[in-house]
Amino acid sequence: MVNLKENKHRTEHKQIESIPAPKRAYISLNQQLKKSFSPLVKAGDQVLKGQKIASIKEGIYSAIHSPISGKIFSIQDSPHQVLGKGKAIIIDNDFQEKSVATYLRTQKEIDSLDAQELRAIIRETGIVGLGGAGFPSYIKLTPPRPIHTLIINGAECEPYLTCDYRIMLEKTEEIILGIGLIARCLGAKDIYIGIEDNKPKAIEKFRSKGQGLKVKVLKSFYPQGGEKQIIKNITNNEVERGKLPFDSGVVVQNVGTALSIYEAVYLNKPLFERVMTVTGSCLVNPKNLKVCIGTPIKELIDFCGPLKENPAKIVIGGPMMGIAQNNVMTPVIKSTTGVILFNKKEAQTTDEEPCIRCAACVRECPVGLMPCMINLASIKQLWPQAKDFGALDCIECGLCSYVCPANRRLVQSIKMAKLEAIV
Amino acid sequence: MNKPLIVNSWPHLHTKESVKRIMWLVTLSLVPTGFMGVRIFGWNSLWVIAISVSAALATELIFQLLTRRKITLGDGSAFLTGLLLAYNLPPEIPFWIPLVGSFFAIAIGKQVFGGLGQNIFNPALVGRAFLVASWPKYMTNFTRPFNYDAVTQATPLALLKEGSLEPHLSYLDLFLGYRGGCIGEVCIWALLLGAAFLLIKGYISWHTPFTYIGSVAVFTYAFGGKTGLFTGDWIFHLLTGGLILGAFFMATDYVTSPLTAKGQIIFGIGCGILTSVIRIWGGYPEGVSYSILMMNAAAPFIDRYTKNRIYGSK
Ligand code: SF4
Ligand code: SF4
Repeated sequence: MVNLKENKHRTEHKQIESIPAPKRAYISLNQQLKKSFSPLVKAGDQVLKGQKIASIKEGIYSAIHSPISGKIFSIQDSPHQVLGKGKAIIIDNDFQEKSVATYLRTQKEIDSLDAQELRAIIRETGIVGLGGAGFPSYIKLTPPRPIHTLIINGAECEPYLTCDYRIMLEKTEEIILGIGLIARCLGAKDIYIGIEDNKPKAIEKFRSKGQGLKVKVLKSFYPQGGEKQIIKNITNNEVERGKLPFDSGVVVQNVGTALSIYEAVYLNKPLFERVMTVTGSCLVNPKNLKVCIGTPIKELIDFCGPLKENPAKIVIGGPMMGIAQNNVMTPVIKSTTGVILFNKKEAQTTDEEPCIRCAACVRECPVGLMPCMINLASIKQLWPQAKDFGALDCIECGLCSYVCPANRRLVQSIKMAKLEAIV
Repeated sequence: MNKPLIVNSWPHLHTKESVKRIMWLVTLSLVPTGFMGVRIFGWNSLWVIAISVSAALATELIFQLLTRRKITLGDGSAFLTGLLLAYNLPPEIPFWIPLVGSFFAIAIGKQVFGGLGQNIFNPALVGRAFLVASWPKYMTNFTRPFNYDAVTQATPLALLKEGSLEPHLSYLDLFLGYRGGCIGEVCIWALLLGAAFLLIKGYISWHTPFTYIGSVAVFTYAFGGKTGLFTGDWIFHLLTGGLILGAFFMATDYVTSPLTAKGQIIFGIGCGILTSVIRIWGGYPEGVSYSILMMNAAAPFIDRYTKNRIYGSK
């Protein structure tokens, strides 16, 4: 088992701070599933904070809301953290903080909502999974078959990131209320929250406050928070190969998602801001920040500065599965979990060497694959062989590449084999 | 932030391990053994080691120059092959023997397959097998320990085979390495010291060496006795020949052994049975190198049938 150096110390004791809304927000039209949203506004329009500005009809209906009040500057190509580039609605902030008219729901009102109405609220407020994948929550909460187990993922196994930990400490009650709403949508009876044992304070908080919530203490190791891993470690059952958690009656939701579902239902607040971690050895003041969607990461970096040294690499997401950026104007989207700045030494790349069959990748693969063999098959474009060694089951956690002494780019070649083998 | 940012794919963290580091640490783990080899058999052993290692490095260099591949002498793998070959040679041999052996090990054992990671057989053992087949006289000419005038003496295993084992060789002598044999196989405690280091550091796993040694113990105990079943002197079998060197340092060679734990266990047991069969019934007194070579050939098949269980399989 690999113990990654956690590097959470820089931010884990820091309270969540709000960063002021940006002068200009870049709201990407690709917030989830690489599907493009259609704008509901045009250049020159005036928008209010919380106003719906884009939607998508194709089956997976959801919405994007403005985090600020102001005027639409234009709708044009902007940097995107995953796609490199994509259309975004650019809004100039008028700093008037004018919000759409809203009201808080009373507990009585909430108690009277049925599952269908709850889902409608979750859909209308544009809630997506905040753990990284950005899958629309309302789809996960509309299972095709009965669900008996709900798992709330508070593992946060990626090194460096502490945003989930902080909300677990600072927003415990709200998360618990959110979990209740999710459970109502699903009709789940067994409700677990899985937290790694490196977060004793969060474990204690949920133990003391969460009635009916089973707190499962997980060993701290990567990728404990992977959906399939956490299901196995909590329920002792596995999701069958090629199937979804749904199929075994389980749904996993991230703690951040539970919090935003609470805000959507209780406060009537759409998902236009989120908590994330901005960290790395280059920063003097790394922080956990509450950030408006659409804020360029440059503003986050400036807010946590000054810089101790120039970053050589900037990663959005965690250090294991995050994506390196070439543009500091890349804006935050709903599924952005963090920004990490690596210095020159940390960012150093090494050449690929021949595989020495040391078996480290085979030993560490959490799914039980033979990454070195898939790698060889993939290089020779032998897709059936790659599939035979399990390429399709890879969760792309990157552990194999991490442990490989020969610096082989295993996960990339496996991902390639995966794409080719499916076709 | 003017310099262009590095953009590469995940993961953005990497272990501190490298091929180079692993090879040199394995080499380090073999230092006590070499030291004791020289102490027991005299300076001649050091020459054998030096020539073997230099020849291995030179051969690697020549091949990489000829094929215009990257020069990788620094990665320690050729050094290690030369060292292991020397450890598998008797101390009193003509100096051209390690030279030819190392050349063969690197050229035929490794480079013709395409270099590091591509070979099927353990290169050092390929070199040794070639030498044994070509010049058996030199390769079975062993000197007495602490007798620096090169007085020869058969190895305990050879004596056992002839049925004339010197009675005064105690287990302790064998453990300390006070017997005839190859440079790097005699001193058991030094080998175990290095092996413990590799095991604790996780550079080798227990699966192959323990099952290998365990099955030799069981097999020689059951069938190795003169007076019937289950009378064999298994402790003697563990302490003599190249078993400890082979089990911890040759059978665990990454490139030529199976990938999964299951596969490594099968590999170890296979080596153990073959070694015992050769020792008890075969034509040679010793069978470690041939057993490992035979199992090397089987490794790709073992790999195929010992894949790990994939998450979510029925
Ligand atoms: S970790 Fe790297 S060197 Fe080791 S077997 Fe896997 S791919 Fe080969
Ligand atoms: S990236 Fe895929 S192959 Fe590599 S360790 Fe993770 S699951 Fe296994």
